[in-house]
Amino acid sequence: MAVITYREALNQAMSEEMDRDERVFIMGEEVAQYHGAYKVTQGMLERFGPKRVIDTPISETGFSGIGIGAAMMGLRPIVEFMTWSFSYVAFDQIINNAANMRYMSGGLINVPIVFRGAANGGVNVGATHSHTPENFYANAPGLKVICPATAYDAKGLMKAAIRDNDPVCVLENTILYNDKGEVPEEDYTIPLGKADIKRPGKDITIVAHGRAVITALQAAEELKAEHGIEAELIDLRSIRPLDEETILESVKKTNRVLLVEENKPFCGVDAQIAFIIQDKAFDHLDAPIGRVSAIDAPQIYSMPLEKIQLPNTDRIKRAALKIL
Amino acid sequence: MTRKKTDSSPETSEYQLCLTEKQVVEAKVNKKLTSEEKIDLYRLMMRIRRFEERAVQSYQRGKIGGFCHTYIGQESVAVGTLSVLKKEDQAISAYRDHGQGLALGMNMNECMAELYGKWTGCSKGKGGSMHYFAPEKRFWGGHGIVGAQTPLGAGIAFALKYQGTQGVCLCYLGDGAVNQGAYHEALNLAALWELPVIFIIENNQYSMGTSQERSSAGNPLAKRAEGYGMRWAKAPGNDLATVRAYTGAALDYVRETSRPMILEFDTYRYRGHSMSDPDQTYRSKEEIAEYKKSSDPIDHYASILEKEKVLTAELKDTIDKEAKAEASDAADYAEESPFPPPEDIMKDIYWETDNPDHKTSEGTLFFNSLND
Repeated sequence: MAVITYREALNQAMSEEMDRDERVFIMGEEVAQYHGAYKVTQGMLERFGPKRVIDTPISETGFSGIGIGAAMMGLRPIVEFMTWSFSYVAFDQIINNAANMRYMSGGLINVPIVFRGAANGGVNVGATHSHTPENFYANAPGLKVICPATAYDAKGLMKAAIRDNDPVCVLENTILYNDKGEVPEEDYTIPLGKADIKRPGKDITIVAHGRAVITALQAAEELKAEHGIEAELIDLRSIRPLDEETILESVKKTNRVLLVEENKPFCGVDAQIAFIIQDKAFDHLDAPIGRVSAIDAPQIYSMPLEKIQLPNTDRIKRAALKIL
Repeated sequence: MTRKKTDSSPETSEYQLCLTEKQVVEAKVNKKLTSEEKIDLYRLMMRIRRFEERAVQSYQRGKIGGFCHTYIGQESVAVGTLSVLKKEDQAISAYRDHGQGLALGMNMNECMAELYGKWTGCSKGKGGSMHYFAPEKRFWGGHGIVGAQTPLGAGIAFALKYQGTQGVCLCYLGDGAVNQGAYHEALNLAALWELPVIFIIENNQYSMGTSQERSSAGNPLAKRAEGYGMRWAKAPGNDLATVRAYTGAALDYVRETSRPMILEFDTYRYRGHSMSDPDQTYRSKEEIAEYKKSSDPIDHYASILEKEKVLTAELKDTIDKEAKAEASDAADYAEESPFPPPEDIMKDIYWETDNPDHKTSEGTLFFNSLND
């Protein structure tokens, strides 16, 4: 298998789907001539031309809405947000027009669109540019939300998202863009809503998504080395739809669960997952559900403090040991 | 009307499309009309009015809830603009959408039933007054958030161009929507990318209860097009022939150049912003009465057709009676129709769950159910 970066995996996924289907095109700020603010669309303008790789002005509301209107007519747009922090400017379009359209029209219309871009803190850019809105978007029935953590998952999930007939939000991560991983040469997709056990274990279940998976994996290895604890790490990969089954099976095996996410705690994704676990596996729990999230403040600019604010291996290990 | 029909710009700008009275009369969309077609246009306006008057009654009887924005007084704009479309052209509107829906051929039954929240409504009772949809009739809604439909309209035009058709999208908005950011982003993108869309401002003089003078800097509203290098026109909206002539000219221009355009039609709504607006604080009864008397679009067109000997008093009466009966039947139909069953709450959310044979995802999409 080829070893490529998370960034290249996304580029391959989009390019292959554009080869496969003329209706697929990408638009966003700096996606064409500049090759993407984070170079995810490198080379795509040259390959597909300006009709299908389209630079937009800085008008998130405008180009998101144009994408939705085009999708209503049967095209399959990929709309890139330079970062998901800027999607807040387009919130109304995403919620009221993309998510609600099918419902409001009594099923007459569907909106096959992908909104994608990076959503993460940890890069020293302050509160306005460090949002992780998977909880906001997953709150809207009508939307699907995925958060790939590896190159393999990024490619397979992105291809599935582009082929999906509903609006899908793909939340990537700038810190992961250079991470390398094995990716098959042949065409493959990963179904939305299928979690992946990134590390099997028997003593405690750790549930994470996005870059928290990578941090939690490191923490799991340290728990093993330092304490002989075998943690099972579940990478959700997809927030909505959610793979409840894999979570619950693991909890029933380990009887302890720690939830890790880079989002803020209140009304975060893990709040819902904690509810599901207590609702459906209450008798299997030997300890309260543990949780590690970003420290509950706007994202701080100062670099050493932001490292403290986001979940890190020390906080994850501490939280795990508390419930073991 | 509070604002004079003539715009405040003394000179004609190079961006402005102006038609003389003669050009309106001789416009090909008007000249080719047969007597029968003229009667059909008159009938359509009357049907829209009687439909809405019947809806008002039902609202007052508590049969229709929520927000219900009537189009009474504005009928010539929807009928005039939409009656000159070609089959590849598309339309999208805001929340005052009954007129466009009916003018595009939606039937009164599905429209009335939607107001009643019934299963037989055009959106199965899920959309209500503000969210009529009929994509097979080229009507892409009915949208409730002011101005938010304008990027969608540009997107429809984007798709028409991408797909290589000659189609044009008519995107309606009210005078209140011109101050939304979404509209300006749509204008810039449409002009920048040369999208075949005509933004039609239905200027009924009031943004809810706020007059144009109190809400919008600069006049005419359509002239803002110039900032984006776009052509524009402003014309009286109560004269059907004028509306058709301007729309026909705009469609020709947009089809030929693939450039967008803004049309502003002065019009007037007779009732409040919505049914919950008592309409007592921001304009006078005399103002409304004066407009009805002097400028009603249906009376105005009737008088023209009577002069042309196309419409007789007898036919006029018949059309009116038929429209009333059709609206009344639609109300009966809505009344007798069932409400959607509770299971319907969970349908039409995802294409995928509505088409289980083509399901590709796994996992949970809904986090509770009716049985919880």
